[in-house]
Order: sequence, then C-alpha cells, then structure tokens
Amino acid sequence: MILIDKLNFGYSEQRILSISRMEVKESEHLLILGNSGSGKTTLLHILGGLLSPKEGRVIIGETDLYGLSGSQRDKYRGQNIGLVFQKAHLISALSVQDNLLLAQYLSGAAQDKGRVHEVLKELNLGDKLNKRVRQLSQGEQQRVTIARALLNRPRVILADEPTASLDDNNAAVVLNMLKAQAEKYQASLIIATHDQRVKDQFDLQLNLHAL
Amino acid sequence: MNLFSLSWNYIRSKPLNTVLNILLMSLGIAIILVLLLLNSQLEENLGKNKRGVDLVVGAKGSPLQLILANVYHIDFPTGNIKLTEAKALTRNRLIKSAIPLALGDNYRSFRIVGTNHDYVKLYQGEVDQGALWKNNLEVTVGANVAKRLGLKVGDDFFGAHGMSVSDLEHDEARYEVVGVLAAGNSVLDNLILTNIESVWKVHAHEEEEEHGHEEDPVLGSAYETGFPDGDEDAEITSMLIQFRSAMGAVQLPRMINANTNMQAASPAFETQRLFSLLGIGVNMIRSFAYIIIVIAGLSIFISLYNALKDRKYDLAIMRSLGASRSKLFVHVIIEGVIITLLGGLFGFVLGHALVEILAGYYEKSEEVGITGLVFVNQELIVLLLSIGVGVLSALLPAFNAYRTDISKVLAQD
Repeated sequence: MILIDKLNFGYSEQRILSISRMEVKESEHLLILGNSGSGKTTLLHILGGLLSPKEGRVIIGETDLYGLSGSQRDKYRGQNIGLVFQKAHLISALSVQDNLLLAQYLSGAAQDKGRVHEVLKELNLGDKLNKRVRQLSQGEQQRVTIARALLNRPRVILADEPTASLDDNNAAVVLNMLKAQAEKYQASLIIATHDQRVKDQFDLQLNLHAL
Repeated sequence: MNLFSLSWNYIRSKPLNTVLNILLMSLGIAIILVLLLLNSQLEENLGKNKRGVDLVVGAKGSPLQLILANVYHIDFPTGNIKLTEAKALTRNRLIKSAIPLALGDNYRSFRIVGTNHDYVKLYQGEVDQGALWKNNLEVTVGANVAKRLGLKVGDDFFGAHGMSVSDLEHDEARYEVVGVLAAGNSVLDNLILTNIESVWKVHAHEEEEEHGHEEDPVLGSAYETGFPDGDEDAEITSMLIQFRSAMGAVQLPRMINANTNMQAASPAFETQRLFSLLGIGVNMIRSFAYIIIVIAGLSIFISLYNALKDRKYDLAIMRSLGASRSKLFVHVIIEGVIITLLGGLFGFVLGHALVEILAGYYEKSEEVGITGLVFVNQELIVLLLSIGVGVLSALLPAFNAYRTDISKVLAQD
C-alpha cells in the first residue's frame, strides 16, 4: 500500500537518514520509534506529502507522491491520507461538525453530514456535534482529530505522537480506536512515537535510532 | 462549509476587532458619500436652474451675488436698474430675449417675484390649479410655497418688505392667489410670481401713503411677455438674457459693463467660480475621508496579520486536509473583503441617513433640492473602493498564508 524507495532525508545537513526500501501493506501497522530529534516527524511528513525528501520516492497504491504537482499532492493527501498529530489541532472558530465538514470541503469531497455523524458516533462523540472545540476535553479533542482523519476513508493513516499528551486511560482509548478504525477501513496505519505504552502492541517496528 | 463561511466564522470569533474595523471603514465611506451626494445634487440643481439664461443684467456689485439673487433666489439683490435703460439694452441685435425681474418682497420668507409668463416658460413650469396671473396683485404660487403655507386658489395675503420674515408687512396691498404651479424641481417651486406692476404698486402705496383701497382689478401691461410700461423713475431688479448667437457672449458683457450703469454676469461662469471656491473645502474634507479609509485598511491589515500569526497551525492543518496554497490565499482575501464590504454597506446607509438628517435640519436645503434618498452612479465607486481596500489590506497576510510551510509549522509542536 505504501512503499518507500531509496529515500534520503534528514533533519539537518549533517544528519542524513536513508531508507533503501520499505513497504507497509494494506491493513498492516508500522511503528516508527526513536527519541525526539531522531527524524520520526520528518519521515512522517515525507510519507504524508508535507515535505519533499532530498532523494527517493514515496508510492501510495499506484501513485508516486512526489511526482505530483503541489496542488495535486494537496488534493491527493486530502482524499487518501489521514493525519493525526500530537496536539489536537482543530479550528477553534468552528464547531465540531463544521471542523469535519471543512475537511470534506477542503479535500474536494462532497459534504455529507450523514457521514460526519456516523464517524463521530463510531468514536463516541455523537453528542458533541454542535459543541465548540474549546468546550471539549483534551482526549475528546484528540478523538475529533481521529474522526477528521478517518472521514474521507483514507488508505493511509499517519499519526505523530498521538498519545503523548494524553493520560494512560485516554492513550489506550485513542490507540485502540486508531487500530480498530484502520482495520475497518483496511488502511495502513503508521504511528511515530517514543511512547513506551504503545511499543508492545505493534509487530512491525522501525527504529530510527538503529539506522 | 465553504471558503466564505469559513472566513465568516473567523470574523465572528473576533467581534470587537471586527466592529472597530467596520466602524472605521464606514465612517470614511459615509463622509465620501455625503460629499458626493451634496456635490452632485447641488451641481445638478444649480445647473438645471441656470439653463436658458445666458446672461443676467442687474445693478453693479458682486457678479456672484447677482447670479445667486436673480437666478437661484438665495442671496439678496445687488440693487435696482432703470427700466428705461434695461429696455434700451434689449433692442441690441445680439439679444434674442429678455425677461425682467422685480424682487424686494416676501411672504413668510418665500420671495415675491415680479416678472412675466416667459419666466414660467423658461423653467417649463405648468399650472396645477387655477391660472397664471394677469391682473395686478394677482399671484401664481410655486408648488412648495402652496404646500408649506397651505395656499390655494382664492386665498389672499399681505406681502412683507424685504427678503426675510421679520420685516414690516405692506398691509395696504393685498395679493390674491389665482393659481398654483405643479412641482417641477426648479426655483419656481419656491417662488410667488406676479407681474412687475404689482410689485411697483405695493411700493408706490408705501410712498404715497393713501389711495382708494378697493379698486377694480387692473390688467397688467406686460404680463405675458416683454417689459411693462413705467414712468422714467421706474426700476426693476434685473433681467435674464438669452443670446441670439455666440457672438453675444463675447461682446455683450464687455459692452454692458463698460458703457452702462448696469452689470452683466454669466451664470455658467459664476457657478463654476462658486464651485471652485467650495472645492477647496470639499477637497480637504474628502482627503480627510480618504485618510480615514487608509487607516481602516491599515487596521484591517494589522488585525489580519496578527490573527494569522495565531492561526498558522490552522492554516497548516487546512493544507494537510487538502487545501491548496491558492485556496488559503483566497480564504484570507475573502476575510478582508467581507469586513470592508460590511463597512462600505454600513457607510452607505450612514451617508444617506446623514444627508437626509442634514436636509431636514436646514430649511434652505429644501430650496436647493437636497435629499438623502437619491442615488447617484458614482456611488458604485464606493463598492469598488470597499473591495479594493479589502483586497489591498489582506494581500500581505494572504501571501503569508500562501507561503505557509506546513511541515515546519506542524513540527513546531
């Protein structure tokens, strides 16, 4: 599903990392491990089409991500890649529902309130529909960002430290949701983390420190 | 959800900032509109009332005053001229027609003008009720006079000496209303018209004191056209002249000003001079309005610039959700334009309301024909100006939004 080919990248000029070849298949999960500063986030951004690599290709399905033009890549990302970040970056000027409708609008998909309700219900947020973002707790906000990432039925879900700012309880809830939803949509799930609580639950692991 | 409602939601989330910016913008727009409305209405009405009058001949004095008193009836007359001299002048071959005017009295601040029927024709006045005057001491009143004073055919009144209300009444000579003119948006609306001999008669009474009071009506000698018969002391205030050819404009004023005791003034030239005098003030106020608009634009720019610093995560997230760079650019521009358009709209209402309030406050404005309820084409400029200021003030913030480096912003967690 997602294929990395002869990738060269780095945080700075001195520390270049390279991955010659790696593949994550449909419904497979990959854990990217490493301390802060090891390049986890950079790698994740490259996989998400947010940052061009120095060399190499990222192929999702049949599409060479960096063979696309800038705006084509934006559109492709909106429709096929779901992104979850450490902090729940929601648009605070909008309600929960409008945040999700915005995601549909910006990706170029049809705005479907039924789908918005469905996803929110799956993540136990059915009653938060018209709430302002600020009225939600941290854990709830993070769940809304997961809902947003899943909304367009992405083929790849990329999560950057999704549990780092959550307590044990919420972390477990969020992690289970991510796994369950990825399986439901048969998406590849890639999580970058240094969170020890996450480590044991994934078979496929990439340790950037070991490279 | 679309870019418009997205921008609108951001605007709503900062109500105080938004209100301040809208108020600033609307203030500037309102001032410009007030000037625009006053200027265009003044110009239009002054232009309309001088149509058909090539030259005004009256007593020596300020030419501008001569025009204001005899064409627009808003200033005091410069004095009188001899009827015989005036008549002699009309025999000049360059003059096509001449309408005599005799001013000097008023009735409850509306001027009584002695003239002939040509004066009504000059402004294409039409009789609404009754008829035009024929006999001495018969008057035909303008539409606004009839409305404001409640005059109708058959009513009578005493004129008062001078141009303002407080002066003494001529309680010897009683004017009778024989007709009311239809409203025509010209000076006629605010005048009381009679023949010149009536005006003489009222003043003659004053001098000779006693006479037989209830006389039979005497037919005026020149009520339809031309000059009345008068003795050698008889005077009129002025005459309105139309040239036979363009040569008149070249020769007549110089000839009259140099060779006679009278003065000739051109309404076109004098009103133009008046506007250039007014223009200095108008230009200063207008510059002031533009400065306010520039400040409004600057204020919107600063608000957007600061707001977008706080919103860089929002912008990066929008990019990660599939928004292209140009979409974000447009999103920020729309935000600026919404604010300035609202300001423009509010300023539009404010400007018209201000003119209407001012017009209601000053009675004179009705005579000049000022109202806040008309719309002129130039007001479209306000629309363009609003959009322009919005785009301009949002340009740099929008460009910053366009350049957002998603990866860098998101990595700054």
